[in-house]
Amino acid sequence: MTSLSNEQIINYFETNFSGCYTLTSGNSDLLNFEVQTNQLYKIVSHLFHDEELGFQFLTDICGIHYPDQTDKEIGVIYHLHSMKNNARIRLKVFVPIAKPDVPTLTGLYGSANWMERETYDFFGVNFLGHPNLKRILNMDEMVEFPLRKEFPLEDPTRLDKADFQFGR
Amino acid sequence: MSGKINIAEAPPGLEGLGFFATTLDAVVGLGRKNSIWPLPFATSCCGIEFMSTMSSHYDLARFGSERLSFTPRQSDLLMVMGTIAKKMGPVLRQVYEQMAEPKWVIAVGACASSGGIFDTYSVLQGIDKIIPVDVYVPGCPPRPEQIIDGVMRIQDLIGKESLRRRNSAEYKELMEKYLVK
Repeated sequence: MTSLSNEQIINYFETNFSGCYTLTSGNSDLLNFEVQTNQLYKIVSHLFHDEELGFQFLTDICGIHYPDQTDKEIGVIYHLHSMKNNARIRLKVFVPIAKPDVPTLTGLYGSANWMERETYDFFGVNFLGHPNLKRILNMDEMVEFPLRKEFPLEDPTRLDKADFQFGR
Repeated sequence: MSGKINIAEAPPGLEGLGFFATTLDAVVGLGRKNSIWPLPFATSCCGIEFMSTMSSHYDLARFGSERLSFTPRQSDLLMVMGTIAKKMGPVLRQVYEQMAEPKWVIAVGACASSGGIFDTYSVLQGIDKIIPVDVYVPGCPPRPEQIIDGVMRIQDLIGKESLRRRNSAEYKELMEKYLVK
């Protein structure tokens, strides 16, 4: 059982970070906060260091690309876990694709190092202050960010897998 | 001990009382093709099929490939079995470069031959983008019989190969095309 209710978390956000976030959970039990990029580090730092909350475990960082969302094309999603309270929340930040700068969380979570490298590798998010921001999974010679929507799923120029090769 | 024992057929030549004359090519080819040392470069499910190919039921050793070599420096046949990610490409090329001449390559399965179902940014679309391939074995994964058939096709190639082929201009050009050192 969660000893920290969603209402308590919302209250904490309203008291401490009023105006810096939007609650976008919808019907989900998992709270979803869209936070301002320049406030991200401050908010996560509070959530980390607060005695009562203790969101000290970073479950996951992932990226997302919404090409139609002008000036908010690239998103970064953080899943935080409070081991003490067995509570989870999700934070999202959105940045323009032309300047995808997001502050790093490596100062708070050691695990953020590789996860941010992965998000950089696939979405090209520039984590400001990251100690070693380079590709982690793809080959170093790759120039594009393969999970962005403009990257074609398959090579359109190749003919060896075209229908006529299989009599279709 | 009962059962039929097959002995490799003698190459065509002149036979008389106490002597047998044939070409050097034929003798060397006969020796090479029946003593291949394969290097299994197994990265996924085709490698599992290869384990069964080497085991007692299918027993690749019957064809002279008794000894698997887990170092490229002592092997004749590079068997690439499985998906090769682009990041693995330079590793595969280095393994190929470390093998001593003469050397042969067999691409086992759809992934090694063409990238298979993985038509995507991270997977090499066939190992022939990196190294020259002698025999392709289709299948996803191929059955052990097919892998054995592939090795037998390699044996045919080895048996017929001219001793001068590796010094030919054509072969050097091929190696240069693949940027093999």
